[in-house]
Amino acid sequence: MDQARKSMTWQWWVKWGLPAVALALLVTLPLYTSRYTPILATSIFMYIALSVSWVLFSGSTGYMSLATAAFVGVGIYTAAMIGKSVPLPVFVLAGGTVSALLAMLVGALTLRLRGVYFAIFTFGLVMLIPQFLVFWELQAFGTRGRFVVVISYTTIYYAMLILLVALLLVVYLVRRSRWGLALQSIGESEEAAAHVGINVTMVKVMTFALSAFFMGAVGATMATRWTYIDPYIAFNANFSFLPVLMAIFGGILPFYGPLVGAVIFAYLQEKLITKFPEVYMLIFGIVLVAAILYLPNGIVGLVQKAWQRSWGRRANT
Amino acid sequence: MRILEGAGLTKRFGGLYAVTNVDLHVDEGETVGLIGPNGAGKTTLFNLVSGALRPDAGTITFKGRNITGLSPHLVCRAGIARTFQAVKVFANMPVIDNVRLGALFGKAATAAAGASAAGAASATARAEELLEFVGMSSFRMSTARDLTLVRQKQVEVARALATSPQLLMLDELMAGLNLAEVAQAMDLVRRIRQRGVTVLMIEHVMKAVMGVCDRIVVLHHGEKIAEGTPQEIAANRTVIEVYLGE
Repeated sequence: MDQARKSMTWQWWVKWGLPAVALALLVTLPLYTSRYTPILATSIFMYIALSVSWVLFSGSTGYMSLATAAFVGVGIYTAAMIGKSVPLPVFVLAGGTVSALLAMLVGALTLRLRGVYFAIFTFGLVMLIPQFLVFWELQAFGTRGRFVVVISYTTIYYAMLILLVALLLVVYLVRRSRWGLALQSIGESEEAAAHVGINVTMVKVMTFALSAFFMGAVGATMATRWTYIDPYIAFNANFSFLPVLMAIFGGILPFYGPLVGAVIFAYLQEKLITKFPEVYMLIFGIVLVAAILYLPNGIVGLVQKAWQRSWGRRANT
Repeated sequence: MRILEGAGLTKRFGGLYAVTNVDLHVDEGETVGLIGPNGAGKTTLFNLVSGALRPDAGTITFKGRNITGLSPHLVCRAGIARTFQAVKVFANMPVIDNVRLGALFGKAATAAAGASAAGAASATARAEELLEFVGMSSFRMSTARDLTLVRQKQVEVARALATSPQLLMLDELMAGLNLAEVAQAMDLVRRIRQRGVTVLMIEHVMKAVMGVCDRIVVLHHGEKIAEGTPQEIAANRTVIEVYLGE
């Protein structure tokens, strides 16, 4: 009993104490580090947020979405269009909302496609929307691309941190609700899920929209880092692939998988791109292939396994 | 009282008529068997009733309400639950969560109740009770994929019952079971009926069909060729020719 209580409090500390300490450190980060650290951290937050939002929908339902870049791009473009006339929180929320609405529309149309068809269609959005934007900009303004409102790096850092914390809270709440259970059941067997009374279309579309909301909001926030954008910069296919790779690398598991994957990956990317710009994609590829071959549940899965093994041994002796 | 009534049900797949102009009814409290050779259209008929497929013609009425073409989740919430011929358990989830899902989203669940802590607790209690009922209590924390086929089928029955159905459709519950297991499954069907749930079952195990059903419907090439009590079906000339054999 005493033992049980002790491990309870211990777990409680890991669950709440650790994130609280981490959050306190991150909130005060700009006060005691170099100017560059918050800029690097903002990129890492962005990748964590994208990867976690991707796993929120695709990880649980098994629908492989490659539309991330489209939702990010819509967020970026929303910020570019209205960023000069409204304050930051407004255009970030607007970017998220426009992305979520697009996701609802696309979701309602395509979520009956399964497997590779869904993946291809969602990636099609990443190709289609920028073409449309180019056409529309040339027609309406006679130019392509636009300048984005400039905001201080510290403000962007805090905006991204708030967004990330909000996302992690939402994911936590979804996962422990019956909605989270429903999502998981859809990934296991969509037909059976429908036959136990789950409105599978609604759950899928709303979750797709929720994940798109955060992708769009992230895009709108990041847009202010680039002073000039055009449709081809905003709709960068890497934003579709990298979050997926990060999730696979970390482990497509709730929470810590994408989190750990994104932190390591984003940090590596930043370092490699500055130190070995010519071969960084090559190194990336090798790391990924190795992860898929040897770490089926990613880094977090590996740690869990080692953990269980050492616990099992202790329990036996 | 008629609980389920299907009139003139027809379903084509391309040029193939899987179900042709079938009339089917189930009375409240009855246990009805649906038999016929493979490919006779039994599972297609189940899919039409449960909303997995939409009929090309005909209407389905449940408790006086037209449910033709409703989505599966609405059919379930109306009070019809089913199991699957090829089991569809939520393989990577614990058994208890498989059954809880039925309680959380089925007929009894309303959005508010499902979202509240009390709703969640009562769903868990209901799931525990049903696992006890099908004799699976000791497996509550097992992952569904690790269970034998027989036990996975029992999980499916518990999950279906958790949605609080008035009509339960069992698709080949006894296929692949040995004699002792068939006896247990027959007992389970009888106990389900004692709970006040009407049962419509597809079954190939004749001993089971004859033993537990009040009435039997025979399908052949998508058409209903006979209907009656087990004794009448066992003596029916056409049924013996196409299905039972001499």
